[in-house]
Amino acid sequence: MLAVRVRRCGGRAVLLEVDDAAAVAAVAAAVRDAALPEVRELVPAARTVLVEVAPGAATERVVQVARAADAAAGEAGTGTVHTLPVTYDGEDLALVAETAGLSVDEVVALHSGAEYRVDFCGFAPGFGYLSGLPEPLRQPRLKSSRTAVPAGSVGIADVYSCVYPRRSPGGWRLIGRTDTVLFDPVADPPALFTPGDRVRFEPR
Amino acid sequence: MSALLVVRAGPQALVTDRGRPGHAHLGVPPSGALDGPAYELGNRLVGNDDGAAGLELLGGGLRVRALGGRTVAVTGAPAPVSVDGSPAASHRALHLPDGAELTVGTPVGGLRCYLAVAGGLEVPLALGSRSTDLLSGLGPGPVADGDELPVGPWSGGIPVSGPVPVSLPGAVVGLRVRPGPRDGWFADPRAALAGPLWTVTADGNRIGVRLDGPSPQRLPELRDRELPSEGMVTGAVQVPPHGPPVVFLADRPTTGGYPVIAVVERADLPLLAQAPPGTGVRFTVLR
Repeated sequence: MLAVRVRRCGGRAVLLEVDDAAAVAAVAAAVRDAALPEVRELVPAARTVLVEVAPGAATERVVQVARAADAAAGEAGTGTVHTLPVTYDGEDLALVAETAGLSVDEVVALHSGAEYRVDFCGFAPGFGYLSGLPEPLRQPRLKSSRTAVPAGSVGIADVYSCVYPRRSPGGWRLIGRTDTVLFDPVADPPALFTPGDRVRFEPR
Repeated sequence: MSALLVVRAGPQALVTDRGRPGHAHLGVPPSGALDGPAYELGNRLVGNDDGAAGLELLGGGLRVRALGGRTVAVTGAPAPVSVDGSPAASHRALHLPDGAELTVGTPVGGLRCYLAVAGGLEVPLALGSRSTDLLSGLGPGPVADGDELPVGPWSGGIPVSGPVPVSLPGAVVGLRVRPGPRDGWFADPRAALAGPLWTVTADGNRIGVRLDGPSPQRLPELRDRELPSEGMVTGAVQVPPHGPPVVFLADRPTTGGYPVIAVVERADLPLLAQAPPGTGVRFTVLR
C-alpha cells in the first residue's frame, strides 16, 4: 500500500498526493491500467496525480486503485525511448557553465550523457518535465523570463530538462536546440512525449 | 457547397464546440464553449447533432452572408439580431436564404453570443475538436473578415421550438465553491472566500477571470513555500502569492504552481463567463 493523501478538487476530481516522482508514476500507471470507465482526465505532476471523473460519477474506485498501486511499477522503464539530436549553442550555455563551475564542453557532456524520464507534461501542449538532470546542472530559472523562446529550444531548470514544443514565453535556462517536432495537432498521438517515456539528447 | 462568408468578424469570433477533454496529460487544455448551455441550445434550435461546431462571439459585432440557404440560431447573451436589415429574434431558429446577411449586434447584457448553423461548421478537427484554443494554438485561428467557413451537410435533425431559457448575470453573481485541494494553505479559507464581495476585473479572458478583492492570506509558515506544479481543473480558484484569485475557465493551463483554495461548481461557470467587468461575485462555500 502506498501512502496516498487524497485532496478534494471540486465535485468531479481528486488530487492524489504522494511522496516522490516514483510514487507518482506508480499511481498514474495503476489508475491508467485499471481502465476505469468513469475516468476522464489523468494528470501526473511533480508530487501529485489529478484524476477527473465523468459527471455524476464517484471517485471512490480511483482512490482504491491508487492506494493499492505497486510502488515498484513506477520504476519500470516501459515507455518509448526518444533520441533527440541537439545543437548545443543556447543563449544561456555560458551562464549555465559558469554557475556550475564547469567548461561548456563539460556541460554538454553531462547533459547529453544522462537518460531522462518524462515525469509529466504541462505548461504547453507537448511540453514534458524531464527528470534525470545531473546534479551539477540543477540551477534556478532565469530571474525574468523571456517573452518568446523559439520552438525546439532545450532548457534546464531545477531538477528538470525540457524542450519547448512551440514558440512561447519561458524562463528556463537555454542550452541548445533540436529540430525534432514535439507536438503536431494532426498527428496521432499529437505529442511526442507521454509520461513514462525516456529521452536521450545526442550532440550534433 | 454551403458556407458562411464572414463580412465582419467583430471583436472576437472563435469556432467552438464541446472542446477536447481527455488530453490534459499531454498538456492540452479542454477548451470549448464557455457558456455550454447557450452553445448546446443553439444546436438544438437548428436540429444539429450534439457537438456540432458553431461560433462564440465576444461582444457580438458579427456580420455573415449565407452561401447557400441555411437555418441558424443566435443564443447566449441577448443581442440585437437582423437578417438583411430586418430585426429578427435571438434564441430561436432563423432561416437564412442564399445570399442573406445576418447581423449580430453588441449584447445588451452578458458578454458572449453563440451562432449555431444547421450542419455545423466543418473546419478541420484537432484532437477530436474544432474549437479554437488561443493559448496552445490548436484549432483554427480567430475568425477574420473575409473568411469562408464551410458548413457541413444538414443531418435532418428536428429543431426544438418553444420558449427557451436565457441565463444572464445580474449585478452580483453567486458562485458555489468547494474548498480544496489547497485550502489548508490559507488562514480561515471559508471566511476568506465567503466574506468579501469580489468584483470581476477587465483582464479576464478564456483562460480565466481575475477577481478584485482582499487576497486570502496564507498561513505564516507557508508564506514563502513553493508548491510543485500540479494538475488543474476548470473552475479552480487559484491564489497567486501577491494579488487576488483567478478562476480558471476552459482554456486554462493543465498544470499550475500556485495553491488552489477552492473549485467553483461546473454548473455555475457559464454565468461567470458571461459576467462583464464590474460584476460582483459572492462565493457560497459548500459543505
